[in-house]
Amino acid sequence: MLKQSWMMTLLLSAGIAGIAQADSHGKASLDSVVPEGPIEPSSGAPLGWKAKPTKDDEIYAFSMIDRLEYGDSEEGQTYLWDAQGWIGNDYNKFWWETEGEGPVGDGAIEASQFEANYAHKIWPFFNLQGGVRYDTNPNPDRGFLMVGLEGLAPYWFVTDMEAYLSEDGDLSASAEFEYNLLLTQRLVLMPRIGIKASAQDEPDYDLGNGITSTEMGLRLRYEIRREFAPYIGVRWNQMYGETKDIAEEMGKSTSTTSFVAGLRVWY
Amino acid sequence: MSDTHHDGERRRLLKAMAATGLLAGLEGLLPAYARAGSGAERHLAGAARVAGGKPRSVTKDFHIRREGIGIAGGYAPSAITVNHSIPGPLLELWEGHEARLRVHNHLDESTSIHWHGILLPFQMDGVPGVAFPGIKPGDSFEARFPVRQHGTYWYHSHTGFQEQIGQTGPMVIHPAEPDPIKADRDYVVMLNDWTFEDPARVLAQLKKMSGYYNFSKRTMEDLVEDVARSGWAKTLKDREAWGGMRMNPRGIADVTGHTYSYLINGLHPEANWTGLFTPGERIRLRVINGSAMSYFNVRIPGLAMSVVSTDGQAVEPVETDEFQIGVAETYDIIVEPRENKAYTLMAESMDRSGYACGTLAPRMGMTAAVPELRAQPQRTLVDMGMGRGMMTMGPDKKKGQRLEGDSVALKEAAGPVVAEHGPDHHGAGNATIAKKQRDRLGERGTGLEDVPHRVLTYSQLRNIEPISDKREPTHTVEVHLTGNMSSYMWSFDGVEYSDSKVIDFPYGERVRLIMVNDTMMEHPIHLHGMFMELENGQGEYLPKKHTISVRSGSRVSLLVTAAEPGRWAFHCHFLYHIERGMFRVVRVSNLPGVDDNA
Repeated sequence: MLKQSWMMTLLLSAGIAGIAQADSHGKASLDSVVPEGPIEPSSGAPLGWKAKPTKDDEIYAFSMIDRLEYGDSEEGQTYLWDAQGWIGNDYNKFWWETEGEGPVGDGAIEASQFEANYAHKIWPFFNLQGGVRYDTNPNPDRGFLMVGLEGLAPYWFVTDMEAYLSEDGDLSASAEFEYNLLLTQRLVLMPRIGIKASAQDEPDYDLGNGITSTEMGLRLRYEIRREFAPYIGVRWNQMYGETKDIAEEMGKSTSTTSFVAGLRVWY
Repeated sequence: MSDTHHDGERRRLLKAMAATGLLAGLEGLLPAYARAGSGAERHLAGAARVAGGKPRSVTKDFHIRREGIGIAGGYAPSAITVNHSIPGPLLELWEGHEARLRVHNHLDESTSIHWHGILLPFQMDGVPGVAFPGIKPGDSFEARFPVRQHGTYWYHSHTGFQEQIGQTGPMVIHPAEPDPIKADRDYVVMLNDWTFEDPARVLAQLKKMSGYYNFSKRTMEDLVEDVARSGWAKTLKDREAWGGMRMNPRGIADVTGHTYSYLINGLHPEANWTGLFTPGERIRLRVINGSAMSYFNVRIPGLAMSVVSTDGQAVEPVETDEFQIGVAETYDIIVEPRENKAYTLMAESMDRSGYACGTLAPRMGMTAAVPELRAQPQRTLVDMGMGRGMMTMGPDKKKGQRLEGDSVALKEAAGPVVAEHGPDHHGAGNATIAKKQRDRLGERGTGLEDVPHRVLTYSQLRNIEPISDKREPTHTVEVHLTGNMSSYMWSFDGVEYSDSKVIDFPYGERVRLIMVNDTMMEHPIHLHGMFMELENGQGEYLPKKHTISVRSGSRVSLLVTAAEPGRWAFHCHFLYHIERGMFRVVRVSNLPGVDDNA
């Protein structure tokens, strides 16, 4: 035992070391396999060794502006952003998302939301998310608790489904689906559909019970690099039910078709 | 010492040439040997020719440095060199003598060298955190051991991404007895994949977008072609099968020629590594795949190859026209060119996004035609561990016709189902399972199913000598190769290294190691310190491997005699899979209770 700890010291001091542990047949002695003292369970090596053979628990971070876009419709010109990112390891991540829009020119943000959540990989293709959302426009600010399911559904549908409980106790939900259709290795046509729904009337926010609105898009992007892809496309926003009625009463457009141009970048 | 002197000259010259932009042009014009004579190129020529000589004990120094180097037609400002060279110098050892290998770390980070395939005391094996603590900046480490084997091997860093940016080199051990493999010329053919990107960034890109380097995905054009060929119904069925699994049938390589240049003995195709011969000679080519992530298909159009050894272990010669070499494997081949002409040594990356090539020629400066890259291969539902003979579509029409819904034809194309998967799907880190596990050792490698010539298969490998340990295994370990491409997660049994426990092999016992590949790609699995005898139906003449390429959807069985006490790394040899945790430690000890794990 004494001999072994002496040899370990020699190894740790790591100058020219080691041969002492080999027996004459060029094999290590059985006594040298299991070290004295605490053992690291993955390697069986001394717990004190700092080196690891792999950095499989490395933290990675991803940020993407999915859509940074300019829209042109009969109602005028608009801008829109939709960004998200994560930081974490394979199973546990911190996610953030933000989106918003407004008219080009007067600079006012018409609608915006921010979301932060913790995501845990529960299935090979899906994360379960739980967190908070905060809306700042256009109506009075309000916060939400959220739960979500984010991932890749069969047949390659990029899926993001979320349910919200507002600070006023209102329940709502949203779902987004995207599909990447490769025309070539770099030219990608992306249909996108977003649906919003509310479980009750939310008069302060001009929302009615049921499906409130949908947003459908078709965007054609060219990946100059994977990380950098300008696109053009079309976006169709449509309101439904009571939400639509409220908007009509307010003299707002309930169905808008915009031609869009934008940028998809990630890092 | 003159080695070091010339190495230094080469480096300085390359630096100067790169700075003036001369390098690409010059390397493109002259093959390595043509430049022999000046100090700058002497090393390249020497790196490939196996010198041999009087059997002796060897003391050799390996200086690990971070420095700029001209490579792959460009200049890498921050590569890692061994004795100022990429790949590192050829290490020649003699069986029955001693090796003293001294590694000197001139980096500002920790390093290591693993002697790949070598039987030695585990403390010399060079795996940081497992066998030893690593070599700190400014420190040296000596691996000293009696050499008790012979054949073709290699060495490489086992620390981080150092291997990807240069820290690899070839190794040849000369036998104690006269070599039964007779050859007039003896060359090392070391294959590497090279990127000018920071490898940490490469992995980060894969982590963020696993298809980042894949520019051969199926597109609209493929859809139109498939519909024209097979009709809507079959095409949709095929798309439904792959889409339902969320799997990409064109996922052949994680990292591709989009970023990689492929090298032979450190030279890209334009630099044309050349091995000289005189017509009628027997040439031994020791092919080593020292790549981080790339399988190669190796052939020499116009020449039959006789495979005489794999992973340093002599096999009964198999005559063939092409073989696929997994990462970290080695194959020795004999060729006998009789004509006074040049032959192209072609090493096409398995996904066919690029190639390395060189020339065998009677004189310097000769070249032969370089074959076109063949159509990119495609995964089949056999790879997915599916049971039924579903269609395989792709650019290769013949293949599509043969496999399409024809279960009889499928039997010929794919090996028999030998087992079915259990109920454990290995958690969220694993995307698919091999429901039907096949014996695929008799199959040709991915993409070589229909090439119109002979292709080596694992089942053809027959060791030259019978296995020495004929006992029935008393201990069985089953390991599943698992992963989730879309999140770029890789593991064994769905568990990454950091969350794993040591796998115990009871000392002295005969162990059967079973591997099932649940993923959709082949993995080159390497066991340190002991050879694995591949149960490929060759009776007592099982081939011995240090690295075995396990096909997707397959089940392989290997026999290991746990005769080498130690903590041995056991891992997928794809570098970026190691870094994601597809790694274990096999411990050979006489700890009580180990047998209970059986």
